[in-house]
Amino acid sequence: MGKVNNSLLVIFTLLLLSCGGKEEKKDGFSIERKKATTEKKAETPTTNQVKASERIDLTSKGVGPINSITLDAEIDQAMVTQGEEVFNQMCMACHRVGKKFIGPAPNGILERRTPEWIMNMILNPDVMVKEDPLAKDLLVEFNGSPMANQSLTEDQARAVLEYFRTLK
Amino acid sequence: MRKFKNPMLVLFGLALVFTSCGDQKKGNSGALTSNAAEKVYVAPGEHDEFYAFVSGGFSGQMSVYGLPSGRLFKVIPVFSQDAEKAWGYNEETKPMLNTSFGFVPWDDSHHPDISQTNGELDGRYVFINGNNTPRIAKIDLTVFETTEIIEIPNSAGNHSSSFVTENTEYVVAGTRFSVPVPQRDMPINEYKGNFKGALTFISVDPEDGGMDIKFQLMMPGFDYDLSHPGRGKSHGWFFFTTYNSEEASTLLEVNASQNDKDFIAAVNWKKIEEYVNNGGGTKMPSNYAHNVYNEETHTATSTMKKEVLVVNPTDVPGAVFFLPTPKSPHGCDVDPSGEYIVGNGKLSADLTVHSFTKMLDAIEGKKYDGDAYGIPILKFEDVLAGTVSQPGLGPLHTEFDGQGNAYTTFFISSEVVKWKLGTWEVVDRQPCFYSVGHLMIPGGNSRKPFGKYVLAMNKITKDRYLPTGPEVTQSAQLYDISGEKMELLLDFPTVGEPHYAAGIAADIVKARSKKIFDLKENKHEYGITSDADVRVERNGKEVHIYMSMIRSHFNPDNIEGIKVGDKVYFHVTNMEQDYDVPHGVSIIGANTSELLIMPGQTETFVWEPKQPGVWPFYCTDFCSALHQEMQGYVRVSPANSNIDLSWSLGD
Repeated sequence: MGKVNNSLLVIFTLLLLSCGGKEEKKDGFSIERKKATTEKKAETPTTNQVKASERIDLTSKGVGPINSITLDAEIDQAMVTQGEEVFNQMCMACHRVGKKFIGPAPNGILERRTPEWIMNMILNPDVMVKEDPLAKDLLVEFNGSPMANQSLTEDQARAVLEYFRTLK
Repeated sequence: MRKFKNPMLVLFGLALVFTSCGDQKKGNSGALTSNAAEKVYVAPGEHDEFYAFVSGGFSGQMSVYGLPSGRLFKVIPVFSQDAEKAWGYNEETKPMLNTSFGFVPWDDSHHPDISQTNGELDGRYVFINGNNTPRIAKIDLTVFETTEIIEIPNSAGNHSSSFVTENTEYVVAGTRFSVPVPQRDMPINEYKGNFKGALTFISVDPEDGGMDIKFQLMMPGFDYDLSHPGRGKSHGWFFFTTYNSEEASTLLEVNASQNDKDFIAAVNWKKIEEYVNNGGGTKMPSNYAHNVYNEETHTATSTMKKEVLVVNPTDVPGAVFFLPTPKSPHGCDVDPSGEYIVGNGKLSADLTVHSFTKMLDAIEGKKYDGDAYGIPILKFEDVLAGTVSQPGLGPLHTEFDGQGNAYTTFFISSEVVKWKLGTWEVVDRQPCFYSVGHLMIPGGNSRKPFGKYVLAMNKITKDRYLPTGPEVTQSAQLYDISGEKMELLLDFPTVGEPHYAAGIAADIVKARSKKIFDLKENKHEYGITSDADVRVERNGKEVHIYMSMIRSHFNPDNIEGIKVGDKVYFHVTNMEQDYDVPHGVSIIGANTSELLIMPGQTETFVWEPKQPGVWPFYCTDFCSALHQEMQGYVRVSPANSNIDLSWSLGD
């Protein structure tokens, strides 16, 4: 009994000591964790060097109902207004303009993705994250947070795309 | 008295014999053939052929099963609070359980019936009655939720309900217990001649299904047990079984079984409707609740109605007649053609079947056998179509297969008996385990039954399942009736006591089933349609949180400035617009249930924090891989603190 008590005492002391150490350096604990993660990533050869969100792929059309979209040179302002409305209602819970949130910011997305890929990601996210290599990597990059299918119509998704054209 | 006692004893003796027979057969499950399993097997991922809406009895709810598999899909809260779905707990649905007696969070739900068009099931609504505090509820089959409840004034033990006419013109609610109308302080033993039995006709709006009491027929003070509408040729009539035509107020077990015959009341509602439309009837001061759930505001409102139109049957000549029917009939069932009205005299050895055509002839010929309180009594022999002789003991309820056969349950002899309409011969009988009450053939209360299965709902289960202490499961049994002989296929447990059920081909319902609520259509007073509207507002000691939820976070998820003594309203909107992505939410110490919020919907719970601290809330319905991360904190400060209200997400 006495022995057990003693060893418990030692453990408690150690615990107390480590707690004390943490108090001194507020973020110490989380910093360590972050380092470990980074190191691990570097060791994995399969990981693409460029983050999925920053990768540029202007050929893939993704997987989904949209095969071909032609964008007019002129931006359609009426469509932009509608698209902004839809975006604010359906997408803003996870996507914020100018800022990475739950998902990536939509700014400049047309410099990195084809219009078809964007619309398929909106209209068919469940399949995209399973079958499209870029979408799969995005899911990993964004912490496994799945993109919700917000049941937009093709017209609504098209309007959102037009709105995205204005976000540089 | 003495004469009466003897047959009762005989019945009891026979009951004992039959019950013990049942016991001996234990293990011999009705000689199941090997392909019974195949007949009820619905492969993984496949759908059942029928929906069965089974009443929950004293659970106050209604459950949804698939047939033939007997799989339970949903328990729909109707007259009882349901913590799983926040029904009767959240601020939006509390008004649904309001009555003239205040908030009544329980009832005894008995007889579901599906809406009809041209005498066929249309699958829009299911109606069901609450017995104890008389109410009729409507369940909308696009959402499988209770969307309307109307209280029935002047009624008590709302049992001969809630059956619909063939174009859902009316859903009918008859009182089981007669009472003083209006209620007043009087000696109980002055019942006879003074109490009244209200038969209530509730109109159903053809467009939006809205219910409204059109009129109440003030009948003599009998017990009105069950009812069914006429159809086809008898459309426009409604039939109610009565017992206690003795008008006894005590020891009904004996005193309400004196008369050799009670009555089936035949009510020509079209005639009364016409009378009422022409200004007939008396407006009587009353007080009853009408509760409506609005799908756009996701909120129910309760309105107290102050008047009801009553009709004295003797004021409308030719509208109401009594058909003598032996021995306290229970079920009152009309065949698909509308010609035969079956009276299941539960203390009678025979089944009595009346003829609608003969009834009209007798009325035409004014061949009356006296009257009861001014209501003409037709002669038994004049209206009798036939008798099914000695089919079993304790007939309760009959349904039809649309092929000329009828199926009657016998409570005492515990069996389903198949017999032929017109020839009245018994064709087959199968035992029930045990003591069957009602039975249901999908579409059985319509012109066009789907005569493939019959579902028997039993009152006693005894040894049929693994024991679960003194209270064992309630149960139902499924029989294949597609052949000449019935075949027992399946036992399955039910939620609460299944008094009755309504069944329908799944194809009629499932295509209309709603998948999400459109966020754009959300008109909840405290709902938000965009994350831009997320906010927290203080109004004195009331704090309103306009919160959103989506996989996998709440916005806001950090809230400060709440104080002890505040009344905090969490108005939470699910921003998802995808099928089958509900989220739940609750906070530590909330004195209510969680919320379970469907995509596009807003619900509210109230939290009154009692001590300072930082209190977590979280999503209660597993929603995604990051469900465990879907959580937040509310900081609660002492009542006298001056911390400003603030809220955030991700900062």
